[in-house]
Amino acid sequence: MIDLAQSPARPSALAEFWFYFRENRGAVIGLWVFGAFLLIALLAPWIAPHDPTMQYREHILQPPVWQDGGSWAFPLGTDPVGRDMLSRLMVGARFSFFVGIVVVAVASTGGIIIGLLSGFMPRWLDTIIIRLMDIILAFPSLLLALVLVAVLGPSLVNAMIAIAIVLQPHYVRLTRASVLAERQKDYVTSARVAGAGTLRLMFVTVLPNCMAPIIVQAALSFSTAILDAAALGFLNMGAQPPTPEWGTMLAESREFIQRAWWVVTFPGIAILVTVLAINLMGDGLRDALDPKLKRS
Amino acid sequence: MLKYVLTRLLTFLPTFIGVTLISFGFIRALPGDPIIVMAGERGISEERYAELVAQFGFDKPLTVQFWDYLKGVLQGDLGTSFVTKKPVWDEFFALFPATLELSLCAMIFAIVLGLPAGVIAAVNRGKLFDRALMSTALIGYSMPIFWWALLLIIVFSGQLHWTPVSGRIDLIYYFPNPTGFMIYDAIASGQDGALWSALRHLILPTIVLGTIPLAVIARQTRSAMLEVLGEDYIRTARAKGLPPARVNGIHALRNAMIPVITVIGLSVGTLLAGAILTETIFSWPGIGKWMVDSIFRRDYPVVQGGLLLTAVMVMIVNFIVDILYGVINPKIRKR
Repeated sequence: MIDLAQSPARPSALAEFWFYFRENRGAVIGLWVFGAFLLIALLAPWIAPHDPTMQYREHILQPPVWQDGGSWAFPLGTDPVGRDMLSRLMVGARFSFFVGIVVVAVASTGGIIIGLLSGFMPRWLDTIIIRLMDIILAFPSLLLALVLVAVLGPSLVNAMIAIAIVLQPHYVRLTRASVLAERQKDYVTSARVAGAGTLRLMFVTVLPNCMAPIIVQAALSFSTAILDAAALGFLNMGAQPPTPEWGTMLAESREFIQRAWWVVTFPGIAILVTVLAINLMGDGLRDALDPKLKRS
Repeated sequence: MLKYVLTRLLTFLPTFIGVTLISFGFIRALPGDPIIVMAGERGISEERYAELVAQFGFDKPLTVQFWDYLKGVLQGDLGTSFVTKKPVWDEFFALFPATLELSLCAMIFAIVLGLPAGVIAAVNRGKLFDRALMSTALIGYSMPIFWWALLLIIVFSGQLHWTPVSGRIDLIYYFPNPTGFMIYDAIASGQDGALWSALRHLILPTIVLGTIPLAVIARQTRSAMLEVLGEDYIRTARAKGLPPARVNGIHALRNAMIPVITVIGLSVGTLLAGAILTETIFSWPGIGKWMVDSIFRRDYPVVQGGLLLTAVMVMIVNFIVDILYGVINPKIRKR
């Protein structure tokens, strides 16, 4: 049998994707930065120069190495109780990626399943699901997350649950909208005529063709999750001290902003750069995956 | 048009009941006895406990509790604060002007800068200005605003001493009958320097709260303009020899505005969420700070009522945007 996918006329889906993704220089930069942070997050326990919770009492609020009083022992300085900033930031990367991955996995799995159901089930069930999602969307997301955390108790895991609940309706709406558009198409009708059951139609026939907008949404909500988790941490409703989560680090150092700029500046830069890199990638993904925007 | 408004209203009602159900469920979802939790470490006397059980209606069946709650909500009774003993409804509307004033200023800031920026970027597509502007917009869109606020405080309050760090006005000013809108109150009072003081307090929170909407509006305006600029009628307008400013500013912008207005409407929820952080950092006495404080004080009637009222505010704004959308674009009404 001839494998059509290998014929030179048509590049593989991945190669085609990469071709369009590469066109967007920002997206490629975003990908590199994201890769670097991922590496730091994975290797943090081995490459961090110090234990992130170790308090060097004789080096409290030591400035970064390039300022007077700084030393190479603590390249980015130390925080108000003498912990190494660089090590805390490196380990903090782990928490941010953990949050991003878990939230996106939970919110997208739940949202995709509910969205598929909504698109395939009878009208009344669809209406109920959409109304439920409207109700969740009526609350400002951070406020709802805050109140959920107040109910569940402040911790990083509960913050992740709350953010996943708040982000999930977007996946439902997106999946449902694409399902409704795809269901009209001939290939779905022919699959149905060929005898495919509803479950097969949902997951095997229709879902793969709805993935493009969902993947873009996943990239965007990855960054939203990191931002929201940091915001909750900042409000003391996320990860609890002494966890070196970036938002929590900012909250702990707020009172020192006039005396020690580095304790405030670096965690913020870490959040900004990570979120920016992911958003850049998201833009590139959208350009590469959305056929409407493709320049042929 | 009336039919359109009525159908929109019909979808409004179930959402409203659902929102009420969630805020009703909130106190009951708390782990443990909510009254004991609210009392905290101080403990609570038996009479007060019985009084509160009766006040919240915890001794009745859930359905009756919800019915009573819904009736109360419709009559503007959201219970009383556990801490201040004042009605939640009154507290909300006493603080709401502060949040509204800040949000309006942030929105104006975002629109006044974002719209022209988006238009200029679209007209100069691919040029240096476009690229610089869009990179800046993406940075703004990715900004952790709580950190951005701290940075602005370090520079403008700490180093330059241009702006105050917190509050809405210097303490030396006193207004006998305040409306809660500080700019208006300051002008109406006629006191020297009051307006200047109010504006100085407003500027940093406005920038912080307006940053993300600004970035979103600039990006959305640019992409909407790019789409419209490719249309035939624009080419016709150009071919007729109309000056570019007229083609871009009037012919194109008018049609590009439709998606932009949607984005502006949708930003209201973002603004209220952002207000939580902004108000907390700048000690701005509005709804966001009130809610955060109440969560920490375990003042659950306030959290419950505030949650409901905020959601209703967002719903009303979305409803108005929907209606406006129908007014601007007759095609939507027919659906």
